[in-house]
Parts: sequence; C-alpha cells; structure tokens
Amino acid sequence: MSAHFPKDQEFMLPVTGTFISLSLLVALLLNWLPLHGLWLALRPDFVALVLLYWCTHKPHRVGIGIAWAVGIFSDVADATLFGQHAIAYTVLAFGGIMLHRRVQMFDVREQSMQVFPLLLISYGVYVAVHWQMHNFVAWEYFLGSLTSALLWVPMTALLQTLRRPRSNPNEL
Amino acid sequence: MDSTRSFRFFNRGPSPAARLVFFALLSLLLLFVDARYKYLESTRRVLSIVVQPLQRMTTMPGVVWQEVSGYFATQSNLIRDNAALNQQHHMDAAQLLQLQILQAENAQLRKLLEVEQRSSYPMQMAEIVYIERDIFRRKVFVNKGSNSNILAGQVVMDDTGIVGQVTRVFPWLSEVTLITDKDHAVPVQVLRTGLRAVVFGSGDISNLALRYMPISSDILPGDVLVTSGLDGTYPPGLPVAKVGKIERDAAYPFARIACTPIAGVDQQRQLLIVSGLPKLPDLPAEADSQTLEKSRKSKRRMP
Repeated sequence: MSAHFPKDQEFMLPVTGTFISLSLLVALLLNWLPLHGLWLALRPDFVALVLLYWCTHKPHRVGIGIAWAVGIFSDVADATLFGQHAIAYTVLAFGGIMLHRRVQMFDVREQSMQVFPLLLISYGVYVAVHWQMHNFVAWEYFLGSLTSALLWVPMTALLQTLRRPRSNPNEL
Repeated sequence: MDSTRSFRFFNRGPSPAARLVFFALLSLLLLFVDARYKYLESTRRVLSIVVQPLQRMTTMPGVVWQEVSGYFATQSNLIRDNAALNQQHHMDAAQLLQLQILQAENAQLRKLLEVEQRSSYPMQMAEIVYIERDIFRRKVFVNKGSNSNILAGQVVMDDTGIVGQVTRVFPWLSEVTLITDKDHAVPVQVLRTGLRAVVFGSGDISNLALRYMPISSDILPGDVLVTSGLDGTYPPGLPVAKVGKIERDAAYPFARIACTPIAGVDQQRQLLIVSGLPKLPDLPAEADSQTLEKSRKSKRRMP
C-alpha cells in the first residue's frame, strides 16, 4: 500500500536553508570538474538537476530568483556571456514550479520521464542563445540532457535519504 | 482591500509567470549588454574572486593524483627519461651554437641593410589550471594573471609553436583562446613561398582551416605555415600549422585546405606567454577616412 503513495508524503525532516545551499554548492563543484571532449558532452548538468529537485519538491523555498542567481555564478565560472546560464535555469525553474504537483504524482522512475522535456527545453534555450551569438551549434551538447534525466533517479534517492530522519519515527 | 478579489491566505509575491518574464528579460538585457558593449568585465572580475577558489578546489583531486603518481614514478622511468633528455640537450646545444652564430650574422646584415632589428621576446612560463567546460569553445585558463603583468592580447606558445592568445585577464588567472577556437584567426604565411593567408580555427580539437585561398594558389600538402606578424599581435616567424588535405574543386571559388596545428594545442600543460612585443606603427586610418570623406563630398558636389 505504501508503495502507492507519492514519495513526498513520507515523513521528512524540515529543510533548512543551509541544506539547500550546500546541495547547490556541491552541484556547482561537480559541474566545474575539469572534464573535456566527449566526457564534457556526456556530463549531466548537476546544478540544473538539483535546482529542478528543489523547484519541484519545495517550490516556495527555491524559485526562479535563486535559479537566476545560480545561473549568474555559472556564467562567471564558465566565462560564458552574462545571462546565458541564467536564462536557461530561469526557464527550467519556471517549468519545475509549474509542473511540481504533476511531477510529485509519479514515482521516481516515472518522474525522470517528466523531467527530461524540461531539461531539454533548458538546454535548448542555452543553445539558442549561443547560436544567436556565434552562429554555431554543437549538437552533442544535447547528450547532457539525456544523462541528466538518467541521473534524476539516483540524485532524488540521495537527497530524499538525506532528508529522512535518522531514527524511525514509528518505533517508540 | 478590494472585496472583489479572492482572499489569499498566504502572500507569495508575484506569480511564477511574472517572475519568469522579469528574470528572462533581465538575462536578455545582460546578454545584450555583455555581448555588445563589454561593460560587465569589472563585475565579472569581482564575482570571479568568489568563484575561482571554489573552481581551484575542483581541480584538486587531479592535482593530488598527479603528485602522488609523480612521487611513485619508477626509477627505470626516471633513468630512461634522463638519458633521453640528456641526448636532446646535447643536440639542442649544438643547434643553439649555430643559432647564435646565425643571430649575430643576421644582426650584422640587418644593420648593414638598415632594417629595424628583430628583438627577442621575454617569456613567462604558465601552467594550465583548467580547461573550458563549454563544449562550444576551445579555451584554457592558466595560472598567471594581472598580478604577473599578463595583458590581454599576449601570445601563448609552447616549445613547438603557437598555441593561442590571452583574451581575458583575471587577478590570478587568465583565459587563453586556442587557435582551434571557432572565432579565432591567425595571419600566416607559407614558409616555402611566402604566400600570405589567414588560418581559422574550426572548433574541432585538431583542425584548422585556411580559407579564402584561390584554387590556383601555390600550396602543397606538408607546407609549413608560420605567423606573418602583420596583425601586430603575433610575432613573425613562429610555426602555426602544417597543411594537410587540399581540395581544389573548380565549382567553388576557393580551395578547401585543412591544416593541423604544429603545437600540441590540447596536450601541453606548461605554456609560454610572450610579453613585450614591439608595437607596430599606428595605421594612418584617420587621414584615410578624412580624404575619403573629402573625395565623397567632392563627388557629391559634382552633379
């Protein structure tokens, strides 16, 4: 019976601001790993995933403003034009907030199918900006949206585990 | 409060759609300003002071791995490397002797011909800290910045040839655009014939393209391209690329020429930054535009 419940109806510890910012920081650090070539194309966008997780699970805590600010930091780190990551993450956060009830209806594996189009749109926005500026598109960049969607399941599992209380609340 | 509006228990600020429009417009404005006017470089520098230590942290595992594996380098490896380097050193020393004689001779000849002396350039060693994580571009970051007097526009090379150009300088770090970057061009000349050309990056790791060369131009596979020094950025005579495949199709006005860079553009870790290039005299642009305007005016007056 309990398998029927959406994941979020489980008892969770209240989310602190520190936990959210730490998760975003770890995601940023993972994004900045010095990869190149095909590995870079296959690298999932950890920041987008963590942002999307918080936008769908805690839409009143993490919203479009935070996504935009994180995007600006990514722009500085990647030496891209100011606003390129920011606009992609803004669109992503908007999608996440609009669909948060719908996404929570599904179990984690089905959620990744719901999340994939959102990631694809966000990647598309990034590529569109780049194409507008440089008239040049590297199609293998879109591979990252696929690996990101695949990573949704393990990442959600990890964050849910961290949010669960250490001791079982049912045993007294 | 307006009674016709439905009562809201919690005030959550503007709706997501309004926020989306606001932040999307803000991003577009920033994009436009950054791409067109480059006003935001100082903001970028300030933010980079926060971001860079974190970025350094992510390269730590790689650095630690290198140091550990370097520590455990086997003795036979060291002996072999040492022997090879010794041999290389002897060969280089012999060539250097010849070079010194040639340099003296060249200086003498240039003095006789009253041509401006070619000076040697001071160089700084820099190490690649990390590579661009943007799949669209070919850029690296090196560990020397404005604190070691690096300026944007300085040339970056390795021991075999040109690698790229410093395009952005941060306090402890600078961004180098590689010659293989899509938006990068180097003025070159063919070493064999002296033919001038421009070689463009292709956005690919090991490919350059020689564009706008007529089909009849005298270029053969294997020709070496060296910098011509005509742009005032690259010093003349440094090797850039070797000509690979040439396609001469009469249907197109230009030949398609693919080249491979000579320097290990994506292999090296240590790079040399060349500073203190001699300044070329300024172009007489103002006079030209004035005379052009005058001639235009006179033409207008004619009818």
